[in-house]
Amino acid sequence: MAGTAACAAMTAMPGTSRAENAGTDQPVLARVSFTMNGQRRDLELDTRTSLLDAAREHLHLTGSKKGCDHGQCGACTMIVDGRRINACLTLAVMHQGAEITTIEGLGQPENLHPMQAAFIKHDGYQCGYCTPGQICSGVAVLAEIKAGIPSHVTADLNAPMQVTDAEIRERMSGNICRCGAYSNIVEAMTEVAGNLTTRGPA
Amino acid sequence: MKSFTYERPGTPAEAAAAVSRTPNAKFIAGGTNLLDLMKLQIETPTHLVDVNGLGLDTIEPTPEGGLRVGALVRNTDLAADARVRRDYAVLSRALLAGASGQLRNKATTAGNLLQRTRCPYFYDTAQACNKRQPGSGCSALDGVSRQLAVIGASETCIATHPGDMAVAMRVLDATVETIDAKGTARAIPIAAFHRLAGDRPEVDTTLKPGELITAVTLPKPLGGAHIYRKVRDRASYAYALVSVAAVVQADGSGRVAFGGVAHKPWRVEAAEAEMTRGAKAVTARAFDGAKPTRDNAYKLKLAERTLGAALTEARA
Ligand SMILES: Cc1cc2nc3c(=O)[nH]c(=O)nc-3n(C[C@H](O)[C@H](O)[C@H](O)COP(=O)(O)OP(=O)(O)OC[C@H]3O[C@@H](n4cnc5c(N)ncnc54)[C@H](O)[C@@H]3O)c2cc1C
Ligand code: SF4
Ligand code: FES
Ligand code: FES
Repeated sequence: MAGTAACAAMTAMPGTSRAENAGTDQPVLARVSFTMNGQRRDLELDTRTSLLDAAREHLHLTGSKKGCDHGQCGACTMIVDGRRINACLTLAVMHQGAEITTIEGLGQPENLHPMQAAFIKHDGYQCGYCTPGQICSGVAVLAEIKAGIPSHVTADLNAPMQVTDAEIRERMSGNICRCGAYSNIVEAMTEVAGNLTTRGPA
Repeated sequence: MKSFTYERPGTPAEAAAAVSRTPNAKFIAGGTNLLDLMKLQIETPTHLVDVNGLGLDTIEPTPEGGLRVGALVRNTDLAADARVRRDYAVLSRALLAGASGQLRNKATTAGNLLQRTRCPYFYDTAQACNKRQPGSGCSALDGVSRQLAVIGASETCIATHPGDMAVAMRVLDATVETIDAKGTARAIPIAAFHRLAGDRPEVDTTLKPGELITAVTLPKPLGGAHIYRKVRDRASYAYALVSVAAVVQADGSGRVAFGGVAHKPWRVEAAEAEMTRGAKAVTARAFDGAKPTRDNAYKLKLAERTLGAALTEARA
């Protein structure tokens, strides 16, 4: 299939993409294909391109933000194959065949994701810069709790997980908000978690 | 960042061969430490060998009754594994105390073991640092050293291994399994995996160039109470100033390793004979010969108190 062919092309890549540029400031190019927000994307990129820069600079999906570019703030959080990651600390070419969701794929202004709606309702932001990362992280955190993944504050590692303020705060610690909207973010997430329980699994 | 070529081999032997064959090549797993350092040009590989396609991402029982953890198992998956939570809770706890949810989703078992120091001068390319640039000097010796090592340090480097996972693996007596370019496998006890800085601070571990970590094995469960306590500047998402990994049996005997105090997870087996006599007795032996700086002498008291709290928790 297409995925296999692209993989083979990547393996052959050092010969086909100016390998002599390695170690200089000149680019070495490589191909990668993945799905972002449901849309198949085929790119030829400088191998140095982070997944964040691929989205922002090449696909013009500027919802994901660059705060620190070093894994320290969470503004770049995307959901890749169902898991939240820092898109600034991973290479686009390492995501052959991946399914990626950014804030743009979660919901649209006319069709908000429940987490987006809850952030608006509870004022879960001020300047909004950290918000796309907070919302992607928030959605993934509730899924992690549902999947029974423990956290640093989970008292009993072998008991079912609960959605408590302490759990939300600990699990969201990888998302820094300079405006300090934290308590409203906890409220927004608590509401979405409550809705999920009463509505049952999505 | 300097540019680099990239390949994604399909087998461990091919990956090891690729790194050995290509000058200045490195493995990349989660990328959360390597890419950070490449952006700062502290690491400048010209070829990256992606190890994510090697099938090293499972956790299997061993014939000895332990677990074999693939090198590519993500920190989240290792911490959440039901067997690890039940039988090796100190390891789950240590992993969950590290980094953030996003980072743990990417970070791997091998990459975590090999994460480099967080000494501020190692990160500041304008400063002398023997670990980053051998022979250039050590800015930390006369600089800000409150995060750095209190024991086992050398004249040339007082950096610490910054991680949490390795401290738990040290208390569990894990073994690191590797394969080299010729396909030869090797098993390295965790005690012999991380090095003291000595006069080669640029070398963190006893891994040979091009040697690929394939797995980490855990011996059969020890039982007892498993505690990991980490003291840091904020409640989450920060490195340890001091951490304690302890496995304490009902009779008060047990094992303990310390993080944040040395160039490797710090465990002195002889000190464990004092476990029933309390934290002060254990730390007096474990930190015998410590040479703290003015900035980090607090860590000795902190280690004692953190162990004290861990022992109280174990009795609870
Ligand atoms: C903001 C931030 C906060 C953090 N906080 C903590 C913390 O509190 N506690 C903590 O313990 N850690 C912390 N970390 C570090 C994190 O745990 C490491 O970055 C991570 O574990 C590295 O794993 P990786 O798979 O991403 O490694 P990579 O970055 O892919 O690789 C790291 C090194 O390992 C080598 N390597 C990878 N796989 C193999 C293999 N199979 N065989 C041989 N060599 C290999 C690579 O060549 C590289 O040199 C933090 C990181 C960040 C960015
Ligand atoms: S302590 Fe080690 S890592 Fe830090 S500046 Fe000195 S040589 Fe470099
Ligand atoms: S921009 Fe990725 S964590 Fe800050
Ligand atoms: S809303 Fe401004 S940084 Fe979070």
